[in-house]
Amino acid sequence: MATIRKTSTTEKRGEGRAHAPAGRVRTTRHPLRTRPLAYGLTAVLGAAMLGGCAQDSGGSSASADGKTTVSVGVFGVFGYKQAGLYDEYEKLHPNIRIKENAIERNENYYPALLNHLSAGSGLSDIQAVEVDNINEVAGLHADKFVDMAKAEGVDKSHWLSWKWSQAKAPGGQVVGLGTDIGPMGICYRKDLFEKAGLPSERDEVGKLWKGDWSKYVETGERYMKAAPGDTAFTDGAAGLYNGAVSSYPVKYYDADGKLVYKKSKGVRESWDLAMRAVEGKMTGKLKQFDKEWDQAYANGAFASVVCPPWMLGYIKEKAGEKAADKWDVAPAPKPGNWGGSFLTVPKGGKHEKEALKLAQWLTAPKQQARLFEKQASFPSAKAAYDLPEVKGAKHPYFGDAPIGDIFAEAAEGIPTIPLGPKDGVVKTTISDIGILQVEQQGKSPEEGWNAAVKKIDDVVEN
Amino acid sequence: MTSSRTDPLPRTRTTGPPGATGGQAAQADGGPGRAATTEGTGGAQGHGPRVRRRHRWDARFSPYAFIAPFFLFFAAFGLFPLLYTGWASLHRVSLHDPTRMEWVGLENFSRLLEDDFFWNALRNTLTIGVLSTVPQLLMALGLAHLLNYRLRGSTFFRVAMLTPYATSVAAATLVFAMLFGRDYGMVNWGLGLIGVDHIDWENGTWTSQLAVSSIVIWRWTGYNALIYLAAMQAVPHDLYESAALDGASRWQQFLHVTVPSLRPTILFTVVVSTIGATQLFGEPLLFGGSQTGGGSHQYQTLGLYLYEQGWFTFQLGRASAIAWAMFLILIVVGLANWLIARRLNKAH
Repeated sequence: MATIRKTSTTEKRGEGRAHAPAGRVRTTRHPLRTRPLAYGLTAVLGAAMLGGCAQDSGGSSASADGKTTVSVGVFGVFGYKQAGLYDEYEKLHPNIRIKENAIERNENYYPALLNHLSAGSGLSDIQAVEVDNINEVAGLHADKFVDMAKAEGVDKSHWLSWKWSQAKAPGGQVVGLGTDIGPMGICYRKDLFEKAGLPSERDEVGKLWKGDWSKYVETGERYMKAAPGDTAFTDGAAGLYNGAVSSYPVKYYDADGKLVYKKSKGVRESWDLAMRAVEGKMTGKLKQFDKEWDQAYANGAFASVVCPPWMLGYIKEKAGEKAADKWDVAPAPKPGNWGGSFLTVPKGGKHEKEALKLAQWLTAPKQQARLFEKQASFPSAKAAYDLPEVKGAKHPYFGDAPIGDIFAEAAEGIPTIPLGPKDGVVKTTISDIGILQVEQQGKSPEEGWNAAVKKIDDVVEN
Repeated sequence: MTSSRTDPLPRTRTTGPPGATGGQAAQADGGPGRAATTEGTGGAQGHGPRVRRRHRWDARFSPYAFIAPFFLFFAAFGLFPLLYTGWASLHRVSLHDPTRMEWVGLENFSRLLEDDFFWNALRNTLTIGVLSTVPQLLMALGLAHLLNYRLRGSTFFRVAMLTPYATSVAAATLVFAMLFGRDYGMVNWGLGLIGVDHIDWENGTWTSQLAVSSIVIWRWTGYNALIYLAAMQAVPHDLYESAALDGASRWQQFLHVTVPSLRPTILFTVVVSTIGATQLFGEPLLFGGSQTGGGSHQYQTLGLYLYEQGWFTFQLGRASAIAWAMFLILIVVGLANWLIARRLNKAH
């Protein structure tokens, strides 16, 4: 209060300069001291704002020590760093440094990637793309990526043919190199199977449903007749649906790229199977990757789940020590794929050549095999299946199941399914709206199906 | 002039704080008492006009300079996006190629009118808004009233009330999602103790909306209570005294003294809560972990629907139209509030 009053009165009367140097300093300097501060602040904030609009180089550059930094954009955990592959590559190529830019979830990563693609900036030298998005990327942005079909040193015969063709654009370009895949098996609880009077030994369990997904549901019906406690046979109908539909040669799109899910035999039969499972009350009514799903693992609330290799670590973590020696893996009724990714090299990056080399090295059979050993990402390179890291691989948590052989056999039997731009959306909508409405909200199968169709129409409508 | 004297005693007296050191310190930076004594000596005749001109310029434009950062930022991150969103809402824009915009006029808006998902989201936003705002403000009022009493450790209670507000939406929502879990949730466990069957909170329309509302209520009640408390403490005490003399009970005092005095504050909190409710996003998104807002979109709010259209369907034009619809709704709500406030003021 006093300061303010003083300032105003001195200003009004001129200042007491001669007799009171201290007072003068205070009264005239006060505005002088804050004014530059305010202008400075304005300038800094303004500059920060402009800086925000400035071009972002995506963090790749040749640094002062002459090393080239190649950036790798990924979502989730690809495991290259954890498996020591970056370190090894840097050792092999002393002039290269690798920097990984990771975004946790693909649903945040993919829109950002699209944004960077259309802006032509902010891209990493290598960008990972999920299988649910690869067709869309190939269809709409093929010209923005290095064509792997023509790239130097890429040998297409390394990969499973269906994996290779997933990244193929209508014009024949191939936009990415396959990393991992997700051939599905069935993870099951030996103790619960036994209590329900079913065989629990992996080969015999596999025979229960070999060749036909409806036999898996029949096994569920048998299980439910003698189910121990109030356990369910499987976690949810969506997992079963996804496993079944992935084993048909046509899923949501036909070979001409037309969306045919409404008439697709695979979708119809798999949907009916899922409905049968719900009706038979053999599902745990769980949505995958929900908190409840995790808790159900810990509580041993269901006896089986359709599982690709990348889920094994998840099950081990959630089911915990309590369930050690209780889980095992058997082959699925029919082979199908769930998930997997690609490494792409955007055109016009500063280090296109170096990036291409690194992407090839990371997806080469040997590195894929090592990644499987360390991170359980199953190789998409056929040649890797004969390497010792895969061939003899056993999983101690799952009763030493020979997961290398089980999943390799499934991988080679996976059909080449034509993909489309909205594969991922169609799949999640059928699961999270269609099946979920019937399974968890008690709606009729017709209502559930119609709700899913309505949402899918909304998404694909232009 | 006191300042020309050399003996410390009077100076000490004029500068106020007792003790020589205090006086010295005050002198060094021109303490208040001292400055008062030096006024009117009329020293700086030499550069009067220039200083005065600078001063005038300063007084006139400095305020603008001071508020400029806000407006610059507002223009860049508020106004421009608002206008650009409006422009985008008249186009078909895909996230695949956001720079290519195809003019469609009002199609995105007319589409909304017959879009069941939009009306569903609007309905949900409204019901969740009512379910969360009304109990929240009523409880805040009651809590503020209690806090207004002389309490032991009142600071503790006030701080405690504000802690939910300081919690992140994500953390709070994840905890609530677990509490409301179907199979292993604590709410169902508690209800089980009194014989109520398991409730599938997320899958029912009302139950899921109640659960989402409870997160909002939990986070914002304390905040509003503190605002009410501040307003209550400004209510003149003699009003209560005279009411008490007239034989009014505590409840009657609350009803006839406190609430009427708080009217402008209540209106303010209603406006702010309504804006918050219209934009509700984080809670429903994280509650089920998906942009669909439940299998039947039973708790998909406008904010979630916008997000779905923009970042899952990749239709930025449609998403922009939803954003503008939300903006228009807020304007209508604001106008309604303003009209009500005016009528209340007139009636008073």
